[in-house]
Amino acid sequence: MTATDHPPKLGPQRGAARRGDAAADKAPALSARGVSKTYASGLVALEGIDLDIQRGEIFALLGPNGAGKTTLINIVCGLVNKSSGTVRAAGHDIVAEYRAARSLIGLVPQELTTDAFETVLATVNYSRGLFGLPKNRAHIEKVLRDLALWDRRGSRLRSLSGGMKRRVMIAKALSHEPSILFLDEPTAGVDVELRRDMWQLVRRLRESGVTIILTTHYIEEAEEMADRVGVISKGRLVVVDEKTELMRKLGRKQLSVQLETPITAIPRVLEGHGLELGEGGRSVHYVYEAAQDSHSIDSLLRDLGAAGLRVRDIETRQSTLEEIFVSLVKEET
Amino acid sequence: MNVYAIRAIYAFEMARAFRSFGQSLISPVLSTSLYFVVFGAAIGGRIDEVEGVSYGAFIVPGLIMMMVLTQSVSNGSFGIYFPRFMGTIYELLSAPVSYVEAVIGYVGAAATKSIIIGVIILATAGLFVPLEIAHPLWMVAFLVLASVTFSLLGFIVGIWAESFEQLGFIPTLVVMPLAFLGGTFYSVDMLPGAWQTVVLFNPVVYLVSGFRWSFYGVADVSLGASLGVIGLFLAVALALVWWIFRTGYRLKA
Repeated sequence: MTATDHPPKLGPQRGAARRGDAAADKAPALSARGVSKTYASGLVALEGIDLDIQRGEIFALLGPNGAGKTTLINIVCGLVNKSSGTVRAAGHDIVAEYRAARSLIGLVPQELTTDAFETVLATVNYSRGLFGLPKNRAHIEKVLRDLALWDRRGSRLRSLSGGMKRRVMIAKALSHEPSILFLDEPTAGVDVELRRDMWQLVRRLRESGVTIILTTHYIEEAEEMADRVGVISKGRLVVVDEKTELMRKLGRKQLSVQLETPITAIPRVLEGHGLELGEGGRSVHYVYEAAQDSHSIDSLLRDLGAAGLRVRDIETRQSTLEEIFVSLVKEET
Repeated sequence: MNVYAIRAIYAFEMARAFRSFGQSLISPVLSTSLYFVVFGAAIGGRIDEVEGVSYGAFIVPGLIMMMVLTQSVSNGSFGIYFPRFMGTIYELLSAPVSYVEAVIGYVGAAATKSIIIGVIILATAGLFVPLEIAHPLWMVAFLVLASVTFSLLGFIVGIWAESFEQLGFIPTLVVMPLAFLGGTFYSVDMLPGAWQTVVLFNPVVYLVSGFRWSFYGVADVSLGASLGVIGLFLAVALALVWWIFRTGYRLKA
């Protein structure tokens, strides 16, 4: 494979192609094995994390505050030393081959930390230089235009709003054309409109082949964006699954029908609906997929009438991803 | 070698200095001028000559060295402390930059600023007293060595410090006294007997002596001793920096 196979633009193969490393081309974007971290204070932040993130996917790391999300990201990016385990970025060990690994990775940390007195353009050019690349006006202009920062390129960072600073930090991370992008709480404290813009940007990046790993505690965000979701709690990965899989669990709804007069068994007419009899025969419960059309409810209600059951009250409830998430996190304690 | 990163760090640091270039120049030039007025004219008028050099000219190398040392420590420490304080250090730590490259960028920029200030003080001094430089190449070598070594010391202070108070601690309580007692205003053999031995434990004495020798060909200690002490100081500073980056001391949890 030669460099000419891959034009030097955003793309998952860029780093490997640049080095002509065929083995690295096939490795997952990120691969963690047995990663643990115990801080000097004795706090165990991560325990035995095993995780593979495929190229070109959007992966959401969910977890309550202090679960270890940021520690995991900081280990991958070189801000925190791991206590044990190995991490590879596109096949490159993050310690032994830190140059190859880090040049593929862009990081947007959670906290808004900017050089107050620098201009937007200067700080973004600086980032590109740090990552060992020559100046590229066209690329920097594209990044700044994509983030609606081009008109403010000459402004000092301290004069920018919080939302703009957040975008500057994203621009810095994109300045060196990373193939793996970490977004740590990208929409914390960001207004609704900007949040939607951010989601669009993330989708565009994914289309161009960038692998995106984001942490969030807005579950809605994971629902909206992610291909796969990993839930982390107390330093352990509790579950890693396709979002659609989790959405299937999420989409589960329960309809409870309170009956005027208790019954001892489900009438034959209603057998096809897969009902469950409630306590004391005073109610029946029907579990269904939220995405399903409403005909099944309609026919159930008709059949209830046909069976001569009189309905006293109806109640529906939905198991949210939040509930799934909370129950997963609780199981851990 | 990530040359683009070295260049980026160096240019970033120099740009930061040039933004407040007026301030960073006015203060050393003003204080040097004041030293000349007080020590050179007021007191120097009562001292004839030291080792065959007029007192006003005698203090020039020491004054330059004193300013260069204090400026180096403060530039070197601020350059790395500020991103730590602001949190922007994350970017340096996550970049494909080795510690050697980071040190060359930060310490190189701090030393450059000190050298510029040293040259400007030299020019200022030329307005007050006639100057002669016997060994110009050695003069430059001492200026560069002192700037680099003390910028490196500043870099270490900037990583060690956890508050602005601590950042000011070493320059004020260690470097300034050592510089004042480093033979700027006197020759070592003007001191009472026992003190002549005590000052030999002050590394700045060797720097000032060597630097003054490059001007007037007279020295308190031998040239070899001067070079040896600076070399030792440089080696210790480099070893400390190496240890800092190897362990991630105060940089990585």
